[in-house]
Amino acid sequence: MSQIDTIRLQVMWNRLVSVVEEQAMTLLRTAFSTSVREAGDLSAGVFDPEGRMLAQAVTGTPGHVNTMAEAVPNFIAEIPRERMYPGDTYVTNDPWKGTGHLHDITMVSPSFRGGELIGFFACTAHVVDVGGRGFGADGKSVYEEGLQIPIMKFAERGEVNRDLLAIVRANVREPSQVIGDFYSLASCNDVGHRRLMEMLDEAGLDGLDSLAAFILSRTRAAILERIATLPKGSWSNTLLTDGYDEPVRLAAEVTIGEDSGGEGSVNVDFSGCSPVSRCGINVPLTYTKAYACYAIKCVVAPDIPNNAASLAAFTISSPANIVNAERPAPVALRHVIGHMIPDLVLGALAKALPGQILAEGAAALWNIHISVRPAPGAPGPGARHAEVLMFNSGGMGARPGLDGLSATAFPSGVHTMPIEATEHTGPIVIWRKELRPDSGGAGRQRGGLGQTIEIAPAEGHEFDFSAMFDRIGTPARGRDGGADGAPGSVALDDGTRLRPKGWQHVPAGRRLILQLPGGGGFGDPAERTPEARAADRARGYVTETET
Amino acid sequence: MTDRQDIRQDIRQDIRQDIRLGADIGGTFTDVALELRGTLFSAKVLTDYAAPEQAILDGIEIVTREAGIAPAALGMIIHGTTLATNALIERRGARTAFVTTEGFRDVVEMRSESRFEQYDLNLVLPAPLVPREDRFPVGGRIGAQGEELQPLDEAALEAIARTIAAGDFGSVAIGFIHAYANPAHERRAREILRRHLDLPISLSSEVSPQMREFERFNTVCANAYVQPRMADYLSRLQVRLRETGVACPVFLIHSGGGLVSVETAIEFPIRLVESGPAGGAIFAADIARRFDLDRVVSYDMGGTTAKICLIEDFRPHTARSFEVARTYRFSKGSGMPISIPVIEMIEIGAGGGSLAWVDAMGRIQAGPESAGSEPGPACYQRGGERPAITDADLLLGKLDPDDFAGGKIRLSLGKATGAVAREVGDRLGLAPQAAAFGICEVVDENMANAARVHAVENGKDIADNTMIAFGGAAPLHAARLCEKLGIERCLVPTGAGVGSAIGFLKAPFSYEAVASQVMALSRFEPAALNTLLRDLKSTAESFVRAGTDGEIRREVTAFMRYAGQGWEIPVPLPDRDFVPEDRALIEEAFRTRYAAFFGRAVEGSAIELVTFSVKAEDQRPAGAGHTLRSDGETVTAPASARVFDPASGAALDSAVIARDSLAPGVRVAGPALIVERETTTVVTSLFDAVIQSDRTILLLRKGAAA
Repeated sequence: MSQIDTIRLQVMWNRLVSVVEEQAMTLLRTAFSTSVREAGDLSAGVFDPEGRMLAQAVTGTPGHVNTMAEAVPNFIAEIPRERMYPGDTYVTNDPWKGTGHLHDITMVSPSFRGGELIGFFACTAHVVDVGGRGFGADGKSVYEEGLQIPIMKFAERGEVNRDLLAIVRANVREPSQVIGDFYSLASCNDVGHRRLMEMLDEAGLDGLDSLAAFILSRTRAAILERIATLPKGSWSNTLLTDGYDEPVRLAAEVTIGEDSGGEGSVNVDFSGCSPVSRCGINVPLTYTKAYACYAIKCVVAPDIPNNAASLAAFTISSPANIVNAERPAPVALRHVIGHMIPDLVLGALAKALPGQILAEGAAALWNIHISVRPAPGAPGPGARHAEVLMFNSGGMGARPGLDGLSATAFPSGVHTMPIEATEHTGPIVIWRKELRPDSGGAGRQRGGLGQTIEIAPAEGHEFDFSAMFDRIGTPARGRDGGADGAPGSVALDDGTRLRPKGWQHVPAGRRLILQLPGGGGFGDPAERTPEARAADRARGYVTETET
Repeated sequence: MTDRQDIRQDIRQDIRQDIRLGADIGGTFTDVALELRGTLFSAKVLTDYAAPEQAILDGIEIVTREAGIAPAALGMIIHGTTLATNALIERRGARTAFVTTEGFRDVVEMRSESRFEQYDLNLVLPAPLVPREDRFPVGGRIGAQGEELQPLDEAALEAIARTIAAGDFGSVAIGFIHAYANPAHERRAREILRRHLDLPISLSSEVSPQMREFERFNTVCANAYVQPRMADYLSRLQVRLRETGVACPVFLIHSGGGLVSVETAIEFPIRLVESGPAGGAIFAADIARRFDLDRVVSYDMGGTTAKICLIEDFRPHTARSFEVARTYRFSKGSGMPISIPVIEMIEIGAGGGSLAWVDAMGRIQAGPESAGSEPGPACYQRGGERPAITDADLLLGKLDPDDFAGGKIRLSLGKATGAVAREVGDRLGLAPQAAAFGICEVVDENMANAARVHAVENGKDIADNTMIAFGGAAPLHAARLCEKLGIERCLVPTGAGVGSAIGFLKAPFSYEAVASQVMALSRFEPAALNTLLRDLKSTAESFVRAGTDGEIRREVTAFMRYAGQGWEIPVPLPDRDFVPEDRALIEEAFRTRYAAFFGRAVEGSAIELVTFSVKAEDQRPAGAGHTLRSDGETVTAPASARVFDPASGAALDSAVIARDSLAPGVRVAGPALIVERETTTVVTSLFDAVIQSDRTILLLRKGAAA
């Protein structure tokens, strides 16, 4: 290859990233789903004909991106090449073949050029409803959690599958929004395809072969070089989380070794985790892998792009258990345990790389789904029903050189929504959403603060809410002498304690009070500088009585 | 209010619009431009941070002397400045007290609760402008429909006022939840605080009455934060101007690209942020109008960044918010959001000084880190050791080492070659010229990608546009950028080095008033809409009337979405009162716009109106029109340089021609270099250059028609 050709391939790699950014942007702008449009909970990527991911949009959250990378080969296995046509789009929400729960719709579209299949575009988004029991942990099997769409065609040669849409329309609570999102997903793949064709036209190429080889070989070399610098051996860690009604034990062993080719490899084994739960907090293995890979990549190769070659450097293994739940286990809230996987894996890596790994944090998002309705008796003129979803985050663990980030999502990549927008979606009043003093674990570096949220039904209303909270019985642990973060709590303003998971009721006139957990501290609190202590007190992150 | 109107009357009588002077304070240079009976005089003076007005005074002296007029003869000074932006970036503002709704003390600190960089565990989020100890929560709550849920705790406010009075605060911001829907609590709070405090007070409902509390609160804090500094500066400037005999009024360019009075600027200094780049966009818009080009993309590339703006029907695209002071490689989310009407520009870390490096995958990367003017690119020979874009341009033959910046800076080809080889070429096994090509290709591709994505965000196809390139580095890269974007025509105007200051001369008096009020189209209430729009119209017009007696044109826009979506699209509405029957018209307008953006409208979903804007502006007389000409007698010049041609992937013999030797109507065949004091226009092998009647260069793709 000439020097100029190498440069042209590199420039095309940048261009390919831009193609998938445009793909993601289209989804972001057109989606109806709150979690996509407000919180950026989506992913988009381009694949070669074998289903290897070449590039992904940086917009997106690890649980989606890395599962989508694994999903495309499942589509290829299911739909024979001779039944693939230009203008096709395939769909599934299979938790095991897609991205871990029924609420995520994954769509894959083949890209044809001159009659040849040259690759695929894929995207994923969380839709507002899939029928069943709604978004919560209460299903006893996946059958109760909603409509299952096995891998099938959403569109063939551009013709949309009307039977599928009719079934979806009949089975979900917000049909026009959900179907709107189906169209959004399909059209974002269309945009990706069009941009790819323009790119190939300009470059005068027939397909992605040379570019794919270039991307994957360069990435593979870079990731192996990084792994080679890591200490070799096995390190394990365990972590306790709240579970649904009894604590769940998570266990992981990270092995950094040399594979048979003499190159580095990293495996995470999940033997020793609690068995499958009877409630919907189980995690399909694909989602477990997504977050395990994410955690390792943050430490080992934060600057190396996510694609098939960088993901291939990491493997996982697990017997059937809560992080490798098999069909038909309920998995709707797979994110609650799934979001704990990075803390679990990082804890093992902390033994391999002492002094370099952050403390545990709140980890799981404190999502709340609220179903508001007029209170019995006196429905006023403005009384109405509404479904409201909020994403909220506790504190991140302290870093070896920096305090933890307060009220910031980790490992998830989602945003919160403005409360002014949330109050427009339904008759609720959010009376408080602010930092929670004294919730960050003490340490040389302090854990990030959690937050306090107070939500009441608007006058004349009451609501039920689906709790999906963790770190209430089991706080985020500090590292290297740092103190634990404050655990969370769920209660009414009259002091009534509520459960961390499941659907519960808030009557008219009461407020729901959520105390979100703080992150763990890092290092001996006695080593915290006087300046940092003074700033903590001045700002009220730590109150006088606490010190 | 009547006081203010009187002042405006006085100002108006003073305006003699015949001699305008533009002054743009930038990070490195202060540009001054004066137009006198069609002739342009300009000056570039080093910016003086300690006394920014000094550079303006020096510049005025130079251009008035050259033009042969006394300062007293000036009819109007139009001023844009990065001072407000810099105060935010460098955190040099007043200690500000922020009074906010109880329960929401930390909105400006909690931001979006997300990390803008997914894999960096050592991420640092930007600190809020107002630290927690200076944020004062007070009871009282307005609901989403503007109703009062809880009365304002006035006793608590009295106590807060005493606390603020006892501290060394220089400014106060007030931001309450849902104040865009009902400003009563904010206004009452101001009344109470004023009794105790002699400090400027900014209200979120006046500075930025838009829904979304983080953006609005941050905007009002930023306004308060820069206000004392900007007020001092503007007052000082006026005094110094009077002392030097300047008698005319001063107007400020705002971020939306129009003019406002000094009084408005002092009240809402946040509206001055990004006013310099806005001048560049107006400059390009004026050229678009003269050549009657309805779809234009402006491309401004300087020392540290490149800015791209879409200009449709001679007006730059605008947005309702933007992000300033990005802290992390220009990443979205790493700065602070400012919700004010703004000329929408994408800015990327790609300028002549942007540094090139090699990443872990062996990929060449360029920017956003910049060598700045000190030490500058390696070829400047001022101690820079790392290769910058300018070094790569030099290696590729695009610059003459002996004639750069009019010969003021001698460039060292040896230094450039050494830096490129050391940091890029040797690591990748590339010869220096191939490495330099790689650097330029990467930076050009980054700009092309940004332009493409920006066009997509606006529902446009970038290839349909004509490019207008200005700024010192743009003409070096414009033709290649056009090749990448499929653009066939690019104009390189004269005076491109002081484009923003020239743009100021063309700016209209304008003001955009914005307010949020969520309305379901199914419950369309024309009366409520008419009231809201009437308020916005009178607000916008009152600001414009401060500067003009002329005809005022208004644009009414609703920002609409399907209920459930989070992204609104702008929908132009007729400028008149609405009646119930207009519901169908509004629905149709929305569906048409939606389809234009996203391919197709959605069936059966409810539609909402969320935010409304009224922009008022006076009508500026258009400059002399020109017809774009593509024909011309080809001039030939000896091929005196070897310039690397990106499409051919090889160095080609290229003509080198001085721009001032080219008469209107001649054609130069690419590959060629057209050189002038401030820059060089690279004509690649795929393009020809045709000199227009006003000496603007048209880069025209071979075989394309003008």
